[in-house]
Amino acid sequence: MSTATSSTFGERLRNVGRQQFVWAIVAIVLLLVINVIKDPTYLSISYSDNLGGLRGNLVDILRASAPILMIATGMALVIATGGIDLSIGSAMVIAGAVAMEFLSASGSSSLGTAGLALLLALLVAGVLGVVNGVLVSVVGLQPFISTLIMMLAGRGIAKVITGGQNTTATSEPFRWIANGYVVGLPVVVLLAVAIVAVVGLIVRRSALGLMIEAIGIDAEAARLAGVNKRAIIFTVYVAAAVLGGMAGVFATASVMTVDVSNTGNQMELDAILAVVIGGTSLAGGKFSIRGAAVGAVLIATLDKTVVFLGVPSSATPAFKAAVIVILFLIQSPWLHTQLAKLRSRRTTTPTTAEVTA
Amino acid sequence: MSVQTATAPPETPTPPAGPLARVTGWMRTHTTSLPTWAALVIFVGMVIYAEIVYGRILQPSTTSNLLINNSHLIIIAVALTFVIITGGIDLSVGAVIAFSSVAGVMLANAGWNAYLVMVLMIAFGATFGLISGWLIQYLNVQPFIATLAMMFLARGLASTLSTVPERLGDDSPIRALGTQIKIYDGPKVNDFVITPGVVIALLVVLGGFFVLHRTRTGRTIYAIGGKEQSAQLMGLPVHRSKMLVYVISGSLSGLAAVVYTARLGIAQNITGVGWELDAIAAAVIGGTLLTGGAGFVLGSVIGALVLGLMNVIISRDGSIPPEMTTVITGGVLLAFVLLQRAVVRRRE
Repeated sequence: MSTATSSTFGERLRNVGRQQFVWAIVAIVLLLVINVIKDPTYLSISYSDNLGGLRGNLVDILRASAPILMIATGMALVIATGGIDLSIGSAMVIAGAVAMEFLSASGSSSLGTAGLALLLALLVAGVLGVVNGVLVSVVGLQPFISTLIMMLAGRGIAKVITGGQNTTATSEPFRWIANGYVVGLPVVVLLAVAIVAVVGLIVRRSALGLMIEAIGIDAEAARLAGVNKRAIIFTVYVAAAVLGGMAGVFATASVMTVDVSNTGNQMELDAILAVVIGGTSLAGGKFSIRGAAVGAVLIATLDKTVVFLGVPSSATPAFKAAVIVILFLIQSPWLHTQLAKLRSRRTTTPTTAEVTA
Repeated sequence: MSVQTATAPPETPTPPAGPLARVTGWMRTHTTSLPTWAALVIFVGMVIYAEIVYGRILQPSTTSNLLINNSHLIIIAVALTFVIITGGIDLSVGAVIAFSSVAGVMLANAGWNAYLVMVLMIAFGATFGLISGWLIQYLNVQPFIATLAMMFLARGLASTLSTVPERLGDDSPIRALGTQIKIYDGPKVNDFVITPGVVIALLVVLGGFFVLHRTRTGRTIYAIGGKEQSAQLMGLPVHRSKMLVYVISGSLSGLAAVVYTARLGIAQNITGVGWELDAIAAAVIGGTLLTGGAGFVLGSVIGALVLGLMNVIISRDGSIPPEMTTVITGGVLLAFVLLQRAVVRRRE
């Protein structure tokens, strides 16, 4: 432990440690190390001529992160306004259901139909966001309950769209979104990174991000300061739902099937978790797209690791719980005061410390 | 009767006026309990509607089934009422029920004493609640995240114990809680029956009502939901009460697991998925505000019965496709919340 006359390096290290997403990166590295111990070739990446792109466990992890990246970005914005969006998983399944129904009904696998399916999916998911936005910003309902309603209704609507079936479709261009490669890299990863970067630039290079945070800190004060509270809250919910729709497209395009009971089920919890792991407080008022992205990758890494270690995937939640508790424990002032107490006891009464040590 | 007097601001003597003025005056002085009364009115309306359209609702067998099938929901709705009144939330109830029931059934089948197993099932729930409370109180984790962590933990642990339905032995004394006791012998199968599970649920409701409205702990719980800092400055035991609320919620989840397992005789790791949302919905329908500070145990019971009755209506109707069920649940919830919103607007 560093003493009072600590070096600047120690200070700097401590400052880095205050940034919560740094701990998430540490966690990702730890998980990868565990995997490498189990299988030394875990990190190897090879070029596959069949696929026309890179192949390997790391690529799989990034691929699995793509949908979580989408919904975590949207969730970060919603949470920054002091809200929450429980209906993101339902936006995913609705988008998937619309795309699959449209593709299977059209029967065509041309590029145009695939593009139309994508557009339609995002549009219908956006409508879900519009309803959320109206309920929260115009009617003034609590975000938790409005989005809970849309979560319940949304999954039902998805089932109505497909008639309760798990619809399957064939469309090579649509499948390409999830399984294709561009210059050797998976399209889905490139798309996800591009979308997150665009959203990040929009909110951070304009005043939008500040306005979102102002609403999260004190909505009334922000309104009095001239922030168009209604419009921004509305926009944020629509954006979250459209991003959810994109995640739904990613999730269904890889298997070209929408599973109306499982696609996107409880994904909103993963998104919230990613955001919180990334250092965004649920109380609102600040957000970090970068942090949410790291959180999303951590969750994907965790999912893959648990399966790789041979633990039944239904037990994965327990590991997520462990990660949450450990991350909060590291961050908590409570642990720091406990440690400080231990340390001061050691300095004031060195003899007892030696005995206990 | 005593519901509204317990929490509403003291009634101001109103000058004698016409019946309409008296009604609006009553509404003005009872704004916190108004959503609960509205829920009661809508529930009665639903019963009457269902009786007219489908028939055979207001008869002993239907009402007893409504109570028997929803006794676990009533118990966790009471649990959520406690938590939500403090301004918190407990997402772990469904998963805790899954863990408690799977662990309980496995222990019972391994030859453990049934009564000890039942106590243990409640203790498992209490432990999860204690960890949630500790995370919230000492690590400053938001209730949503802390109970989400416990939800993940409980669900994950339940899955590591077993991923197949665990069947409770036919001769297990736990099943006694699910036996049907005939109270009123009607014609044919039209009897009014209850199970010990229903009695437990009713006792939980009475106990919850007593604690919230007749004890210092209850007053503190309302005060925390009103404004935590003020409650702290008033010298109320905020820390202890907040921990207590999550322990109560966890223990009641354990109890709900006992009641549910006794009725079904089967436990599985996927039991109770989404039940926390049902319980939250029940509390909200019953007039509990998610911001905390206002709510009634009896309201949540009405909320749970509204949800139960809705299922009865949907299954009776037959023409409603099963896919529509959650759409309708969402719609009913929306109607209730909009109504509450209108009431709150009036108060502002």
